[in-house]
Amino acid sequence: MKKKQNIFHYCKIQNNSVLLNDKLIVSEDKSILFSEFSKMLYHQIKLNYPKFFKMDDLSKLALITSEYLLTDYFKKTKKPNDISIILSNKSSSLKTDKQFQKTIDNKDSYFPSPSLFVYTLPNISIGEICIKHKFMGENIFFISENFNSTLINEYASSIIKNKKNSIVLCGWVDFNEENFKAFMYIASNNYIYNITTNKIDKLFK
Amino acid sequence: MEKEKYSKIMNSIYLSSNNIISSLGFNTKENIEKIKMGISGIKLYNTFKHLNEYTAKVENKILNKKFSKIGANNNYTKLEKMMILSLNDTISKSPFPITKHTALIISTTKGNIDLLDLKNSKLDPERVYLTKLGEVIKKFFKFYNDPIIICNACVSGVLGITVAKKIIKNKNYKNAFVVAGDIVSNFTLSGFKSLQAISEKPCSPYSKDRNGISLGEAAASVAISSISNSKNIAEVIGEGESNDANHISGPSRNGEGLFKSINKAIKIASLTGNEIGYICAHGTATIYNDEMEAQAFNRLNMQHIPLNSLKGYFGHTLGAAGLLETIIASKSMNNNYLYKSYGFNKIGLTLPLNIIKKNQKKDFSIFLKTASGFGGSNVAILIKKYNN
Repeated sequence: MKKKQNIFHYCKIQNNSVLLNDKLIVSEDKSILFSEFSKMLYHQIKLNYPKFFKMDDLSKLALITSEYLLTDYFKKTKKPNDISIILSNKSSSLKTDKQFQKTIDNKDSYFPSPSLFVYTLPNISIGEICIKHKFMGENIFFISENFNSTLINEYASSIIKNKKNSIVLCGWVDFNEENFKAFMYIASNNYIYNITTNKIDKLFK
Repeated sequence: MEKEKYSKIMNSIYLSSNNIISSLGFNTKENIEKIKMGISGIKLYNTFKHLNEYTAKVENKILNKKFSKIGANNNYTKLEKMMILSLNDTISKSPFPITKHTALIISTTKGNIDLLDLKNSKLDPERVYLTKLGEVIKKFFKFYNDPIIICNACVSGVLGITVAKKIIKNKNYKNAFVVAGDIVSNFTLSGFKSLQAISEKPCSPYSKDRNGISLGEAAASVAISSISNSKNIAEVIGEGESNDANHISGPSRNGEGLFKSINKAIKIASLTGNEIGYICAHGTATIYNDEMEAQAFNRLNMQHIPLNSLKGYFGHTLGAAGLLETIIASKSMNNNYLYKSYGFNKIGLTLPLNIIKKNQKKDFSIFLKTASGFGGSNVAILIKKYNN
């Protein structure tokens, strides 16, 4: 009964398609590489944020997913000064870690890249979203084999109940070799009591 | 009123048994004794062929000897051995056993990153995944629950404590073991060097001639529960977190994120700020970090509170730092004793701070622990002396 009161705001990007609140809004050929696909999305949402091109793939994926979701969400809701962000994945920053490792593997071609090194932490992707929106709320990045909706929901509701922030951006953003998946949703006062982790898990798949 | 009081009691979270494995020793007591004697673990190592740097390392020989009593050295990476050995000590002295309601919380920034250099190991390269590292630890101690793994740059260790506080309040978990660890690897050393963030001499937090960090390796662990017990050493009374939203690898100029974090923690603990007797700060010894801290502490009017950075003893142990330093600071509080900020000489900040220059006696019952890291993260926790 309660479920009808609020729609659940989420965005999922995988297999070169974008799903926003149950609507398929982008669907591209699966053979297109992320470098190409991310550029297409960048232009589609008219991001106009040159910093984007300096980011590693994990941060690009996180930022784009958050842009789809937050732009849509704040059309109807007043944008607060701060929101909190809880993200998670399986592969940490491993894709960028491997690229950085290549720059130090060989004694003869040893030339560690500072611009790669700064992206060898998964929570940098959260930092990029915070910088874009000047969000100064609470952040955490969890690592788990599978998406742990129970932990993330408990964490989000603890932030909301303590009145630290009324909105928490939650989700999963993973990059492993060329495979990627992002799933983000908005946790707010309304949502906390109206959605089950079962439902979130189903949408995640 | 009654109800409010009750809920506050229910929310109390206590730190009890603990361990630190670092360049200074293999348990908390050994580490404290070295600090008291004014000994630093930072030395010049020529670890990686062409890199001669000041770092603080855990001696492999001693580690392997100690680990051989509980496991086969060849089956584990250095970090796994450090984390398991640390947890083993903490669990064996814990006031509670591992049950279905016990959480395993793991904090690390880079985990087994040394496995990316395939020449390093005969072990399964999949162990570079933090989830695999978590599985290894879970399996060793037969934890019932999958680990909660935190990978949030240099605030990961302190977040281990705040995550425990959040989850112990719910029904699934009654208590938790938190372990935090990182090693000195070619990966991190080369990376920080490429950012020109490594000091050419042992790091000297807050000093005029400071010029970067010294990397260190360590594993620290602690048992956390909401139950009163004579083994409890301290109570977590407040926590606050805030992102600078400023730069991914540089701190905010005015310390806004740190300022907000500390304010939140004070509010949650229902304090005014005057009750704080000591600040165990982050103090990495980079020019910008230490200056940023001075800005934040001055904005909070905390510049008179005795403060130190423990990085001069252990180096910057990345994901382990926050937990390791909280344990040392809790011991400091319980011993009524403040330790000097090792490596400090002449103050090099645009605003004053009360840096602890000599070991000294001091009675205090509340301290503030802060940490800041890449990605703009800032965390502050307030810790109170445990009164049974």
